[in-house]
Amino acid sequence: MAMQVISANRLVDGLVVYMTGGGGWSERIADAQAVTGKEVGEVAMAAARVAEEARIIVEPYLIDIDESSGERRPTRYRELIRAKGPTVRLDIGKQAEL
Amino acid sequence: MPLIKNKQIVADTWQYVGDEAAIPADGGVIVSLARWQAERSVLVGRNAPLGIRLKSDESAEAIADDLPRFDVVALEFPTFKDGRPYSTVRLLRERHHYTGELRAVGDILRDQLQFMRRCGFDAFEFADETAAEKAISAFDEIEAVYQTAADWRRSAAMIRTDTANAFLNGTCG
Amino acid sequence: MYLYDTIDQSLVDQRVEQFRGQVRRRMAGELSEDEFKPLRLMNGLYLQLHAYMLRVAIPYGTLSSHQMRKLAHIAQRYDKGYGHFTTRQNLQFNWPKLEETPDILAELADVQMHALQTSGNCIRNVTADQYAGAAADEVADPRITAEVVRQWSTLHPEFSFLPRKFKIAVTGSSRDRAAVRVHDIGLVVKRDEAGAIGYQVIVGGGLGRTPMIGATVRDFLPKRHLLSYLEAILRVYNQAGRRDNMYKARIKILVHALGAEEFIRRVEAEWEAIRDSAVDLPAGEHDRIATFFAPPRFEALPNNDGEFARYRLEDREFAQWARTNVAPHKQLGYAIANISLKPEGGIPGDATTEQMNAIAAIAERFSFGEIRVTHEQNLVLPHVRQADLYGVWQTLKSHDLATPNLGLISDIIACPGMDYCSLANARSIPLAQDISKRFADLRRQHDIGELKVKISGCINACGHHHVGHIGLLGVDRKGEEYYQITLGGSADENTNLGKIVGPAVPYDKVGSAIETITNTYIGLRADGESFLDTYRRVGNDPFKETLYAAH
Repeated sequence: MAMQVISANRLVDGLVVYMTGGGGWSERIADAQAVTGKEVGEVAMAAARVAEEARIIVEPYLIDIDESSGERRPTRYRELIRAKGPTVRLDIGKQAEL
Repeated sequence: MPLIKNKQIVADTWQYVGDEAAIPADGGVIVSLARWQAERSVLVGRNAPLGIRLKSDESAEAIADDLPRFDVVALEFPTFKDGRPYSTVRLLRERHHYTGELRAVGDILRDQLQFMRRCGFDAFEFADETAAEKAISAFDEIEAVYQTAADWRRSAAMIRTDTANAFLNGTCG
Repeated sequence: MYLYDTIDQSLVDQRVEQFRGQVRRRMAGELSEDEFKPLRLMNGLYLQLHAYMLRVAIPYGTLSSHQMRKLAHIAQRYDKGYGHFTTRQNLQFNWPKLEETPDILAELADVQMHALQTSGNCIRNVTADQYAGAAADEVADPRITAEVVRQWSTLHPEFSFLPRKFKIAVTGSSRDRAAVRVHDIGLVVKRDEAGAIGYQVIVGGGLGRTPMIGATVRDFLPKRHLLSYLEAILRVYNQAGRRDNMYKARIKILVHALGAEEFIRRVEAEWEAIRDSAVDLPAGEHDRIATFFAPPRFEALPNNDGEFARYRLEDREFAQWARTNVAPHKQLGYAIANISLKPEGGIPGDATTEQMNAIAAIAERFSFGEIRVTHEQNLVLPHVRQADLYGVWQTLKSHDLATPNLGLISDIIACPGMDYCSLANARSIPLAQDISKRFADLRRQHDIGELKVKISGCINACGHHHVGHIGLLGVDRKGEEYYQITLGGSADENTNLGKIVGPAVPYDKVGSAIETITNTYIGLRADGESFLDTYRRVGNDPFKETLYAAH
């Protein structure tokens, strides 16, 4: 079954963030808590919506990830770009800070 | 529901009557366009104030000839994104010269009040008291206007033309 | 250029404070994201793939040096040191923080700029011919009309919640550089036989999901009636435009559904009721606005400046730039200089803080402090003395701003695509970079001649692919980036929508497909025929054959 993490944008600066185990939010997908299965996903989403209510993040949603290469990567290309930064500006975004 | 008129929260003396509900003998009632069209003679014969409520797809023309019979016309915003009532209300005020209360009802939010007032609304129905209180300051956030509309505020162009004329006529300074 | 008076200034200042209050209420939890979103959008603040994006209005693409320096400063202080000029003559900052946006807007208001109505279902920032006031072929200056429309449309109380967004473009020249036939309303400023100013009014054009060319609803509308006529069109649309389906909500769908005849009948009926009312501008106000667009103090100069001619003979590189990037000016001895924002392998439309400051300085010294933004994502120095062109070129070159490719295959329009945009299905920018590298050889580009490549990363068509001589539309095929190729589009006075040539091709095959298309053209062209001429003569078939036989 596919592994997922929750992603969103942080309210104050709009940056892409991922939900961590302690209910916190990190800019790095590696820090995110992975969930498997529909029910676990829904529980996690409920926690994310609480963070949305608390004005920490906006528009949370689950994304599929893949760890088979040893590195955690989103499955969809769009999410990979969100996790790294613009493919045409490798000097900016998360990819520049790693 | 809390009602703002003249930048104040006032008591609403009107009552909405559903299409199936009995019409009370006394007091002001607001009915739908459908009910007005179906029970016109009964409603006219009733010796109490009458109001009408239009949905956003119902036009000013549908009631234009009957306007003197209504003390209130309520225009419904099913969502604040539905901008049709802005045209309807201007037509009622400017083209059909309606002088009674024009009430904005439905999804009424603070940040649309300025536009609504400019188009001719003079009463705003809010879902709760707190929202209504906080909304009152919204009317005065932006003073300058570029367009003429149903609030008869002087547009930027008019003010500029006046200033220029005053200058030419030597009445300035 | 138009300069704000105290009324204009108070409006943008108070609008900034209004937005500051809205942000404060959002942070304090008084507004939910659902409630806040339309408010931030009405101030041009989007939430994109990586961060917020602020779209700054550049009304009819006109900027002063002073304003350009402010944009450079904002890029440096609040963003990541660059900005992106768009196909709507606007500028986008890709990394602003929500909490700092009110300060950015206050900085903009300091230089008479704003982000009003750069999003939302309202009348968007009005666009115009970038050569306004300078073009040799100009009949009348479209900026006067554009400023009149800008003011009328700003915070319009009746038309801020239309069925869908609404774009107005103005040109004052027979050569259409503003793509007026693919806007919700296109205005062509013209003169009647007596020399009086009026407008051809075109309604219902647009790109996007259902591309359409606008219908002329009035051949000549006298100038004094402009605003009442626009108000009549917008009122008909506001009441009758579809609101049940956002893909069918633009005015083009209404015009199409009613038929042009019935649409015109309704507009005329509405207009009869409001013409000669206070909606139209007092005559003095039009004249007041027009004075701001009086020509700058040109010197009396001979045409074909000797030094300009000499440098063209002596310096081949300069001569090449002068040939592609310089356009004729209406004033003898002057020229229009285009600044290409499409360097080889670059991101179309991007400019760094350093480049923006350099352009501001050049414009100040050599172009009466004026800069224009084009819908093809380049910049323009509208009034340069021919004698100064060599020096201007050298300075531009030192900032990588002198690529001599205007109108050539590497002068590509590309929307931000999936590298930035949350709506995109595929990337646009890397394709533009790849094509510009493949065709880096300028001799080859010149040999191919005029060829407009336009790339959109989704069906919303911000990259205007429908009107590209070659158009590329990104589509998502099971998670892979594919591109549909259209041929034969054009956005000029003979507007055409491109035709799909065949099945979409994958990302890594697009470059070679473009090479096949240009090679096919070169093999087929008759003497002096441009790509578009040849295409119009031979149609899709020969291209289809070479493209899909090769795969």
